[in-house]
Amino acid sequence: MSMIFGVPLAVLSGQLLIGIINGAFYALLSLGLAVIFGLLKIINFAHGAMYMLGAMTTVLMFDYLGVNYWVALLLAPLLVGAFGVAIEYFLLRRIAGQDHIYSLLLTFGVALIISGVLVNWFGVSGLRYTMPDVFKGGVNLGFMFMPYYRAWVIVAALVVCFGTWFVIEKTKLGAYLRAGTEDSQLMQGFGINVPLLISLTYGFGVALAAFAGVLAAPIYSVTPVMGSATLITVFAVVVIGGMGSIGGAIITGILMGVIEGLTKTFYPPASSAVIFLVMVLVLMFRPSGLFGKEA
Amino acid sequence: MNQPVNSADIHKAIVEEQAAQDRKKMMLNGVLLLILLAAPFMIYPVFLMKILCFALFAVAFNLLFGFTGLLSFGHAAFLATGGYTTGYLLSNYSGLTTEMGIIAGTLAATALGTGFALLSIRRQGIYFAMVTLALAQLVFFFFVQSEFTGGEDGMHGIPRGELLGFINLEDNLNMYYFVLVVFIACYLLVQRIVSSPFGQVLKAIKQNEPRAVSLGYNVDRYKVLAFVISAALAGLAGSMKSVVFQLASLNDAHWHMSGEVILMTLVGGMGTLLGPVVGATFVVNIEYQLSQGALRDWVDPILGGIFVLTVLAFRSGIVGEVQKFVKKNLG
Repeated sequence: MSMIFGVPLAVLSGQLLIGIINGAFYALLSLGLAVIFGLLKIINFAHGAMYMLGAMTTVLMFDYLGVNYWVALLLAPLLVGAFGVAIEYFLLRRIAGQDHIYSLLLTFGVALIISGVLVNWFGVSGLRYTMPDVFKGGVNLGFMFMPYYRAWVIVAALVVCFGTWFVIEKTKLGAYLRAGTEDSQLMQGFGINVPLLISLTYGFGVALAAFAGVLAAPIYSVTPVMGSATLITVFAVVVIGGMGSIGGAIITGILMGVIEGLTKTFYPPASSAVIFLVMVLVLMFRPSGLFGKEA
Repeated sequence: MNQPVNSADIHKAIVEEQAAQDRKKMMLNGVLLLILLAAPFMIYPVFLMKILCFALFAVAFNLLFGFTGLLSFGHAAFLATGGYTTGYLLSNYSGLTTEMGIIAGTLAATALGTGFALLSIRRQGIYFAMVTLALAQLVFFFFVQSEFTGGEDGMHGIPRGELLGFINLEDNLNMYYFVLVVFIACYLLVQRIVSSPFGQVLKAIKQNEPRAVSLGYNVDRYKVLAFVISAALAGLAGSMKSVVFQLASLNDAHWHMSGEVILMTLVGGMGTLLGPVVGATFVVNIEYQLSQGALRDWVDPILGGIFVLTVLAFRSGIVGEVQKFVKKNLG
């Protein structure tokens, strides 16, 4: 078997694949954070909880209602997105004029409530979700074994990331969004319903997190606490990339996943810390982030 | 020639009112001190010490959040670093007196705080919160993987030892009065800092950072110093906590703890001196009451609910609301 730096190629490419998949999740999650940040100027601390809700909804809808994977892929983000719109409408909107720190703390409280309630109902041990039959098995690429589902996750995440980028950067709706980011009062003056735009943006950002949750359900352990640790890593990714650009969030997410995968191959003990170490380096040498415009 | 007389009168009136207010404050503080001195004879001292340790933690956090306007989401790192360092030293070097262990823990947290501060002040606002959270997670991973912390099991059986080599801290009353003295000293220190010219600059930074810059202040230096003092006091709280409970665990390093100290400060009243103390008392009590009753599994969601409610309706916190009420109706 061929070796690279003393590591079998199959092991290396296997870890690389896991890295890319983790990176796809980081990309989806940081993308949602960036979308929300763009218009609302807040960091959504409930993002991890929404990701978890997406996965939990998928599992529970299957267990109790027999809803299959494909329907869940559409329905879970819709439900969680609607929940997000409600949170924006009933809670976040009330403190819209206040310091952004308050909305951050509000979403933190919301996250505590959501995960706390679900821990009570389902405990912290993982729920099982059976993978749809289509995805069972995989294909031998010669240098490595590629499970079908992992390939699907990468494709689906990339398509959604690219779609989001396209909508925001290239369509009229996206133009409204970007204009609202620049000057929401002026937008309101032009007759655009800005409060509605804000609600929908929050709902959409949250739905992206839920979509990541559905993708995660068959391969990760689904628990009410799965979101919090992931979210902190995603925060580090966001600090590294900066939230200035949609494309930047996507690229940084995948890059960090790959770096994490490589670390797992060559020096496993550091794998959980490596993204945070990269963050420290970025703060030292390029404090505004790789793609950031603002400090 | 009327004016000088008038202004002198006004000055006198102001001085008198100031004196009256000071007297009121002194009275209030005196009453509080008496209560604190008598409390261990009515309430279990270990519970009181828990409140005092968390109150100090919250006071430290508030110096940064309430007075400088910097939201650190990583203060658990300092609490845990203080606790683990003190615990490790006292457990392994029997020659050390307790206060030496506590000082070492505080210094360790101070050093860590300096590192945190230098990195995190490179970003502002919510990025600052994310950076501190991520750095604290790094520290958490370090503690999980290190052998000296006992990993998931934590560090147990830390000896309380003897203060200055002759005061036996195994006795709960001795321990309590020691913790009380440290707490009051730190409280007065923070009070002094806040009312000093340095503290005024911190408040200026909170209100309008660009303005403070344009007035010629080296804002970054002030922020770092405030952060380091805050980290040191948080570490001191952690050190004392590990001695009081004779254990240090990963709970103290978890992001949950960073969230809890924010809640304490917010509920009590950020930017007020007494607020964090009231908030810590409130949160520790609520957690204790809930853990005793039928709602013991619902502590987290209830704390989350209090968070949401406070942010929505009582942003000035308990002390802030009382102050407003007093000003409106009695002032």
